[in-house]
Amino acid sequence: MLKQYSFDETAVQTFDDSTSLAMKTENLQVFYGANHAMHDANLAFPKNQITALIGASGSGKSTYLRSLNRMNDGIATVTGKIWYHQVDINEPTVNIYEIRRHIGMVFQRPNPFAKSIRENIVYALRANGLKDKAELEERVEKSLRGAALWDEVKDSLDKSALSLSGGQQQRLCIARSIAMEPDVLLLDEPCSALDPISTVKVEETLLELQKKYTIIIVTHNMQQAARVSSQCAFFHLGHVMEYTSTGNMFSNPQIPVTQDYIAGSFG
Amino acid sequence: MEQTNFQLKQQKTQSNDWSARLHHATRATREDWLGKGISYLCIGVIILVVASMLWFITSKGIATFTQNHVSLGKFLTGTDWAPDQGKIGALPMIVGSFAVTFAAAIVATPFAVGTAIFMTEISPNKGRKLLQPVIELLVGIPSVVYGFIGLAVVVPFMRSVVGGSGFGIISATFVLFVMVLPTITSMTVDSLRAVPRHFKEASLALGATRWQTVSRVILRSATPGILTAVIFGMARAFGEALAVQMVIGNAAIMPKNLISPASTLTSQLTTGIGDTIDGTLPNNALWSLALILLLMSLFFNALVRVIAKRGQLKHER
Amino acid sequence: MNAKRTDFLATVIINLIVAAVVGILVFLLAYILISGLPHVSWTFLTGTTDAFSGAGGIGVQLFNSFYLLVLTMLISIPISLGAGIYLAEYAKDNWRTSLIRSAIEVLSSLPSVVVGLFGFLLFVVKFKIGFSVISGAIALTFFNLPLLTRNIEESLSAVSRSQREAGLSLGLSKWKTEIGIILPVALPGIVTGIVLSAGRVFGEAAALIYTAGQSAPVTNFADWNPMDAASPLNPFRPAETLAVHIWKVNTEGLATNAAQLSAAASAVLIIAVLLFNLGARLLGNFLYRRVTASK
Repeated sequence: MLKQYSFDETAVQTFDDSTSLAMKTENLQVFYGANHAMHDANLAFPKNQITALIGASGSGKSTYLRSLNRMNDGIATVTGKIWYHQVDINEPTVNIYEIRRHIGMVFQRPNPFAKSIRENIVYALRANGLKDKAELEERVEKSLRGAALWDEVKDSLDKSALSLSGGQQQRLCIARSIAMEPDVLLLDEPCSALDPISTVKVEETLLELQKKYTIIIVTHNMQQAARVSSQCAFFHLGHVMEYTSTGNMFSNPQIPVTQDYIAGSFG
Repeated sequence: MEQTNFQLKQQKTQSNDWSARLHHATRATREDWLGKGISYLCIGVIILVVASMLWFITSKGIATFTQNHVSLGKFLTGTDWAPDQGKIGALPMIVGSFAVTFAAAIVATPFAVGTAIFMTEISPNKGRKLLQPVIELLVGIPSVVYGFIGLAVVVPFMRSVVGGSGFGIISATFVLFVMVLPTITSMTVDSLRAVPRHFKEASLALGATRWQTVSRVILRSATPGILTAVIFGMARAFGEALAVQMVIGNAAIMPKNLISPASTLTSQLTTGIGDTIDGTLPNNALWSLALILLLMSLFFNALVRVIAKRGQLKHER
Repeated sequence: MNAKRTDFLATVIINLIVAAVVGILVFLLAYILISGLPHVSWTFLTGTTDAFSGAGGIGVQLFNSFYLLVLTMLISIPISLGAGIYLAEYAKDNWRTSLIRSAIEVLSSLPSVVVGLFGFLLFVVKFKIGFSVISGAIALTFFNLPLLTRNIEESLSAVSRSQREAGLSLGLSKWKTEIGIILPVALPGIVTGIVLSAGRVFGEAAALIYTAGQSAPVTNFADWNPMDAASPLNPFRPAETLAVHIWKVNTEGLATNAAQLSAAASAVLIIAVLLFNLGARLLGNFLYRRVTASK
């Protein structure tokens, strides 16, 4: 039986003005029709850090993440404010395509395009007007190196991306996202479909990438959150219950629901 | 205002006005407008075609009654069809059309259901490898070829068996039977496949034989689907023009039996429309036949919807 | 015991039914090919028809059939592509969309003779274009649009949502995602559908009798200027197709060897349709392997 926890007892950390933030949400709510999937999420994400969103399935963490780059448009109703460079990007007048170029996303299942490895990376660049061949080639190499995939595929850039292994495909998806040179990278359980060795590779990649990007990662794997993140937010049934540094979260959780989750009593 | 959308490099240098940058239209927004425009236009063309088709045929079809002041009752029940003499009783064609349609459906349905049971329950393997291509080929054969074979094989056969000219409802039924068979079969197969596996397994587990399972469980729960299949087949038969016209004999008289020349709405239309002058009564009368065809097609369409809705309700309960 | 006997009997009957169905197809194909093929020769395929009796070769009709097919496809593929994208990507789940779907459903269920009569009314009677290639091609487009649209929509919708998300998450527009990412993946299904519909269009006659007409004026195959009256490419000349020719020969033809003529023409028509069916399958499989990179 799932214990009932009070949603009033939360411990959500805020940041003072000295911290430089990449993004922030204010009272973010998500509705799927009549289903209220996310309640008043107030979270801020420090620049160049990895923030992990943890919680059981159905806790709303993926729903929250997908709202950050407006991937919920047309699927769910999202209210509240999403601050990015002092702009509320949840406004309907905002150019969502621009947003998504600055805030990239990697999904749970690797979803490379049914095109060659090279084409996977350059397709969106070219669609955005980058035509210079040398520049494109440079981006291919840079992003594949960034995703720690270059050495494995540099001799087969014209092979179909679908011929890669699952772990390679996922790193290709990361490379495809960072080729756009975003500010923020959102990852939705990027390792849940991968084997342990590929998972390690992706995690190493993320640790390397945080030097350049702000990363927000949804994971149901607490060890993974502990390994890669510096901030950690715990979601429960559509509420943000606790948000603190990863160290605190795992060594000294503040409220009962987090304690029980970390201890493994549910989830 | 020549600007490329790819401003990643510039952004690094002029990073202050984010609000403007995140609000201004880019290539992607313009593409979306264009894409929306194109696809809305295309769907608009289709809607326009359908709407004008309904409008033109309806307005032409009712001219017989509004301009030539023929009474609708006389048109529907009159048995004399001689438009150039002002006699426009359409009953012979209406009866002809319904007769061939029902006859073809009655003959084809057992064959179609039997074949579908074979394909889904008795030998799915042979069904896929042998019967699927057979059905697809039968669908693929053009209707004039069916008509030609009807003319070259069925009509002489009927002539030798039952006498007379060989042209008539029975020959048309034969031809239509083969034409609607693949339609009914493939849709019946779909509806049999949609029956949940556990229905069948439960029945077999209770010791029922295969035929008991098929007849009492599978066919019963697939009934709405099979009915839909039959209606689609009937719609095809009702609207088929050339194959029927080639074998039915095209005599616009009340059919007295199945073996003497008769005519259908479609056959009368194909033979007549080219010989009449636009705007005259004989021409308008033909358009009225076309209107009946149109209305019947809409009726079959609505019937399929009603059955689908009923079937859905049943499943939800 | 009784149930078992019924079961046995039913199985026997069903097997007999299946044998009959297969037998019908075998008979149809055999009859057409055996009675038709011996009369198919090079002169038959390329020769011209005697305008009075309908006897002679089918060269012009064969050309007309292909020309009409090409024109029809040129008009209907772009429209149904746009409409299919609309339904797969832009249409919301509301009453307007279901009305649009009903309209497409209605169009697809209309008898082809009605479609042909509408074309006749519009192009021949109202616009006074006369029996012509272009009238026929547009009538065939009306007849082809709903099927092609539905096929394209289904193929596009069958592509995984994750592919759409991948495109959108990179800042690509919906349109670009649909055209550049989804369409290539959906291509095998779309191409199969197009080729199959080509077979249907190729064999259609009822929609053409009063639009493209029932006469095949001898054209000058050395003149490829579409503006010239005698050019085979002239879209305003009447163009009896092979399928219409078969109907014409059988119903109004005065040729003494009408049966042979139509058997031979039917054989050619059937072979063409079979090739379309076979081609659809092969091309679809080939493209599918290319897209999924499976060997």
